Amino acid sequence: MLSRTEKLAEPAAPYKGIEAGRLNRSLAAEVMAQSGTDINRCYQCGSCANGCPFIKALDYPPNAVLRLLQFGMREEVLGCKTIWVCVGCHTCSSQCPMRIDLAAVMDTLRLMAVEEGVAIGKPNILDFHEEVLRSLERYGRAHKLGIMWRYKVQTRRWFSDMDVGLKMLARRKLDLRPSRVQAVGEIADLFKCYWRESK
Amino acid sequence: MSADRTLDLSYFPGCSMATTAAEANISLMKSAQLLGLNLIELEDWNCCGSSSTQTLCKNLSLGMAARNLSLAPAGRPLVAMCPRCLLYLRHGQMCLKKDPETHRSLEERWGRPIPLDLEIMHFMEVLVRYGLDRLQEKAKRSLNGLRFVPYYGCTGFRPPDLKPEKCYQGEMENILASLGGKAISGAYSNRCCGSFLSATDSEIVTPLVNEIIDSAVAVEAHCLVTACAMCQLNLEIRGTSKVKIPVLHFSEILALALGAEDYEGWFIRHLVDPRPVLQSLALVA
Repeated sequence: MLSRTEKLAEPAAPYKGIEAGRLNRSLAAEVMAQSGTDINRCYQCGSCANGCPFIKALDYPPNAVLRLLQFGMREEVLGCKTIWVCVGCHTCSSQCPMRIDLAAVMDTLRLMAVEEGVAIGKPNILDFHEEVLRSLERYGRAHKLGIMWRYKVQTRRWFSDMDVGLKMLARRKLDLRPSRVQAVGEIADLFKCYWRESK
Repeated sequence: MSADRTLDLSYFPGCSMATTAAEANISLMKSAQLLGLNLIELEDWNCCGSSSTQTLCKNLSLGMAARNLSLAPAGRPLVAMCPRCLLYLRHGQMCLKKDPETHRSLEERWGRPIPLDLEIMHFMEVLVRYGLDRLQEKAKRSLNGLRFVPYYGCTGFRPPDLKPEKCYQGEMENILASLGGKAISGAYSNRCCGSFLSATDSEIVTPLVNEIIDSAVAVEAHCLVTACAMCQLNLEIRGTSKVKIPVLHFSEILALALGAEDYEGWFIRHLVDPRPVLQSLALVA
């Protein structure tokens, strides 16, 4: 019994402490300004984590993301998987007893991660979003078959979902040709934007 | 809404309804036609902006929503069926209300007005205003006690941004119950379907979808009825549970109750064939 306890007590990785005197409070202020949400109201009740349908795929539960922000741990928070796995279903936001809009915080953090060029915690999801934007730039509308094809090339996940793709094609749920906007100039004009220029 | 003449409404289909969920679009147009509602597709609409644009570039996201708003003729409400499209169109309008400078510059860029008082509503809202009594008068086929789980998904009425807007949660039950269906509670009606993770990380989505489908099976529903075309797709393609039940678009069931006969074309596009269940209730031949 004793030896087992000793083994369990061995930490997997050394815990990096936080120096209370060196808290970087500017990060929280920045996120609050951009998201319009007061994250200081969080008292770690965990309602957000309790309701999140994606909790098993997160590296930090939503309340921990808020704590990281309060501690000013920029690298950890902008590099985490949680902000990318979040699809913005707003379950957390609607369950928060302090009415913190966590989905808006995640939105802000994704943008900050992209703008600051940090290593993305879930790069395949960013790849997917970029493919969607390329499709929108080309056609003004999303062409799903094209998006999935290019996403597969990009991530080299060739054979995942072959069966689903074929079933969808068989039922004509994936159009071979894109539906497109006529006013190509107006769409091109919209894409003179931060995303395009930052490439 | 007056009782006799047809009512003109601008209609924003969005990318899903126009392509993968064409069966939802066709049945919606059919329902509208049978109700005397004239859904006029927004001319040369573009994608609402979607989650991906929202994630990567706020200005682009606003611009895409705003261009759609600039295409909507004044004086008739803009109707969407996809909850995400509805969210981004309304969100865009809210942003423009708060930011007169951007509003003006976009109007100048396109040489078209972007009306800030344009009503933007979900098709369900149109039906509520139409009135259940009038809807019942138009019904041609009773839903014969079809046990359905209303599935709203996450976006319809939840985002805090839209809190001041009216909440139409519960209306799917009211509408379909008035047409002879039986709403079944106790299943995961508001659980998120997984959204775009279905495309990027299906292993995260499959257990979630199975929980939703299993919850509907557990309450002995005949089918789920969705308010969102993307939810419908995810629930159909990502479920791996042994017991499968059909997932129908709200507009399909509505059109069926209103007497549409061209349903074969919609139902063959489903991955889980809804016809056996509907045949058992004598709803289709």
